[in-house]
Amino acid sequence: MSYTGWILLTASLVGLSCGTIGVLLILRRMAMMADAISHTVLLGIVVAFLVTRELSGYHMLIGAVVAGLLTSILIQWLQSRGVQGEASIGVVFTTLFAVGVILIATKVGNAHLDVKHALMGEITFVPWTTVHLPWIGDIPEATFILSIVLLVVLAAVIGFYKEWKITSFDPALAASIGIPVVVMHYAFMSLLSITTVAAFDAVGAIMVLAMLITPAASAYLWTDRLSLMFVLSGGFGVLAAVAGYYTAAWLDTSISGSMAFATGVLFMISFLASPKHGLLSKLLSPAVAAE
Amino acid sequence: MTLLLSPNAWWVLLSMLVLGVASGMIGCLAYWKRQSLMSDALSHAALPGVVIAFAITGVKILPVLILGAAISALIGAFLVQWVVSSSRIKEDTAMGIVLSVFFGLGIMLLTIVNRTGGGNVSGLDGFIFGQAASMVRTDVYTMSALGLVVISIVWLGFKEWKLFLFDPAFAKGLGLSVRLMNSLYSGVLVLVIVIGIQAVGVILMSALLIIPAVSARYWTHSFKWMLIGAAVIGGGSGVIGTVISTMGKGWPTGPFIVVSSAAFFVVSLLFGAQKGLVIVRLQQRSRIKSEVSVPAEREKMVVKEGGY
Repeated sequence: MSYTGWILLTASLVGLSCGTIGVLLILRRMAMMADAISHTVLLGIVVAFLVTRELSGYHMLIGAVVAGLLTSILIQWLQSRGVQGEASIGVVFTTLFAVGVILIATKVGNAHLDVKHALMGEITFVPWTTVHLPWIGDIPEATFILSIVLLVVLAAVIGFYKEWKITSFDPALAASIGIPVVVMHYAFMSLLSITTVAAFDAVGAIMVLAMLITPAASAYLWTDRLSLMFVLSGGFGVLAAVAGYYTAAWLDTSISGSMAFATGVLFMISFLASPKHGLLSKLLSPAVAAE
Repeated sequence: MTLLLSPNAWWVLLSMLVLGVASGMIGCLAYWKRQSLMSDALSHAALPGVVIAFAITGVKILPVLILGAAISALIGAFLVQWVVSSSRIKEDTAMGIVLSVFFGLGIMLLTIVNRTGGGNVSGLDGFIFGQAASMVRTDVYTMSALGLVVISIVWLGFKEWKLFLFDPAFAKGLGLSVRLMNSLYSGVLVLVIVIGIQAVGVILMSALLIIPAVSARYWTHSFKWMLIGAAVIGGGSGVIGTVISTMGKGWPTGPFIVVSSAAFFVVSLLFGAQKGLVIVRLQQRSRIKSEVSVPAEREKMVVKEGGY
């Protein structure tokens, strides 16, 4: 496949997996938790690198999942100690992120890891690091990891569709009919962490956040059906990835930045023009009723 | 430590002290408005404004960049309000969208400006993680002056702020315009964010607002002392973080300030006089059976403050 083809495929995989997780994320009102995790996986990656001294995708994946779970446990613990929810998110992630940045700036130095890369990603480098797979041939490592993550996410979402639906919309009911709500919560946090870190390498922390929240929020404005929302959200993610790539190529600028911006444009269009919950439809519908 | 001897470094330290005090105090207001993470969204939203202001004027003068940052942060704040009030998107989602999309736009523009702008641009990258050492004398003056304005607005209007935060209905009854206070609050919040981003960076600026307020909360139930405590912790971590970051070449200031204030937070969490872990443990031991209950913070505070 061509160079551009690999980049578009990788970005689309990011769009699909983030879009899917994002739906559950915004229904569970955990958008800012994603903000926190997308920052703290940096610390996980840096520590994994300091321990193993190699930049392998798998070590980083483990480091990031640990960091993600640690973030969520710390935040819950502070909340149980009486700190406001928002404030405890703010305290935990800024601190862990700052530690990560300091470790990079002082210890790891400029050996392979740098902060800008972690924040903005370097999707243009993705096609250069390949792994060899039987039958398929050489494919970029990031693309391979992202496909596996996407499969895991899809399997988890489809396999436990009913459980996700009930725990997201009505946790009390879920608990009363015997669904393990706490287990589901941590399972969700783990899925969120793996998705974040797999996407992180390709597109960076900020772009992950944009991809997680914005396509799902746009889809939320188009439909009331959960299944349709998943499809739309994944679709918007891919659309933003492709549009963002070509915008970046046209303006010769940061790819992940323009992908994030493209998700915003999609959201604005949905916000204004969606027939279901858009602004225009709300403005027009009284007039229609009056006729 | 040679840098400490130069007069410029003293000025930088002074301005970081003012910034820390100002953001600690504003952080208390944001804490009780339950808008801690709004500050995160707003500081990220400031980035495109900084870059556009630079691209239009072509010079790196702090007041111009601050103006750009303020405009784009206010647009971000307006968008969050607008989306939340006129659709079914919740506030945290709206903040996440504004945060990431504005930051993405900022990075896009920054890359373009970096490519076309020549050597003059180098300092703009510092807006991401903060570079206090790169501030020149006029930047220091601008920052300190604006920081002092913020501090005096909070200090002089102390009574009004207290009413506004804890009993808006009563404030209205007294003829205090809640709308005016709200605009003033947004104004000082944005102001303290935009003067801070050059030194601390857009990504970690929110920590300077959140952490001192949360830490001070562990020491007192009185709003007045919380403000003072947050000011001390904010100012202290501003100075300590800046000093540490000058010890290494190219060390970013923001992360060190955040880690210093996190150290204050851990100390407060353990030893704080009100809800610190050690105190709570001691209380539990002295009254083995009676449970230490934590009633709703806000009510407790109003009662403690004497009620209105």
